[in-house]
Amino acid sequence: MQDRANMKAKVYVTLKPSVLDPQGKAIHHAVEGIGYRGVTDVRQGKYFEVTIDGPLDRDEARAEVERIAREVLSNPVIEDYRVEMD
Amino acid sequence: MKFGVVVFPGSNCDHDTYHVISKVIGQPVDFIWHRQNSVSDYDAVILPGGFAYGDYLRTGAIARFSPVMSAVKEFASRGGLVLGICNGFQILCEAGMLPGALLKNDKLKFVCKHVNIRVEAADTPFTLRCQRGQVLSVPIAHGEGNYFCDARTLDELRRENRIVFRYSDAKGVVTEEANPNGSLDAIAGVCNRERNVLGLMPHPERASEEILSSADGRIIFYSLADTLAELAKAS
Repeated sequence: MQDRANMKAKVYVTLKPSVLDPQGKAIHHAVEGIGYRGVTDVRQGKYFEVTIDGPLDRDEARAEVERIAREVLSNPVIEDYRVEMD
Repeated sequence: MKFGVVVFPGSNCDHDTYHVISKVIGQPVDFIWHRQNSVSDYDAVILPGGFAYGDYLRTGAIARFSPVMSAVKEFASRGGLVLGICNGFQILCEAGMLPGALLKNDKLKFVCKHVNIRVEAADTPFTLRCQRGQVLSVPIAHGEGNYFCDARTLDELRRENRIVFRYSDAKGVVTEEANPNGSLDAIAGVCNRERNVLGLMPHPERASEEILSSADGRIIFYSLADTLAELAKAS
């Protein structure tokens, strides 16, 4: 049962393509300002590491993290999410 | 008639709101702690401005899971009147009680100033003392007030006349310059389909007495009190 201990999930939350990202734009602007060429866009998002140490197997843990990502970590009106299990 | 003002950890306009209800409007009001799991003692519930739970994750994202919000949701589903001001509006959107979301202001700045809003719908319990087209001078103070919803929702809001306030100039003309945060369609406040839940980014409680340079905001609280008085008479 070693694989059940301390499973780690990575959750990426990003703004939907239809939502403007003024922070990403400001970062893009700064990146261009300091001389980097060829960067056409920067979008800012959020990254979460979720550690699970319970009676769940890997698939169950993934399903649980998917639920957490959907219900808590992201707002479906403006954001998408992606879950990766380590 | 009894008003309740919800207090989350991080609320900071709760006392202003309480003051306006008790001293300006002259109605009974209580604070409701966020751990309370019933609001059935009240006729109207106000979610005040502030930074509930530090606004961690997203504005209003943690607050929506507090015990009091389940009670507020149930209260609203039974027709109870719910008003969300600034952070309260953000919480109502996160809770799914109002459509859309409040994004970071388009210019990325926290904006704190008096703005003008035009009353677009006077047929809500919160605006019945207003005239359609009336302009109110009220302050905003937010970093995330940029209203956003998808195109279908916007159509629905327009069709159902649920955009209650739009940012405008002093004459009531909606212009790009008058929009302080990039809000879609200059939306400053919307209501739900049943019209008993309203959220707005401006702070009417900060403009309810002449000494504060505008008393325009109090019309919203008077409208609410009128509605409750009518309801009490009818029952």
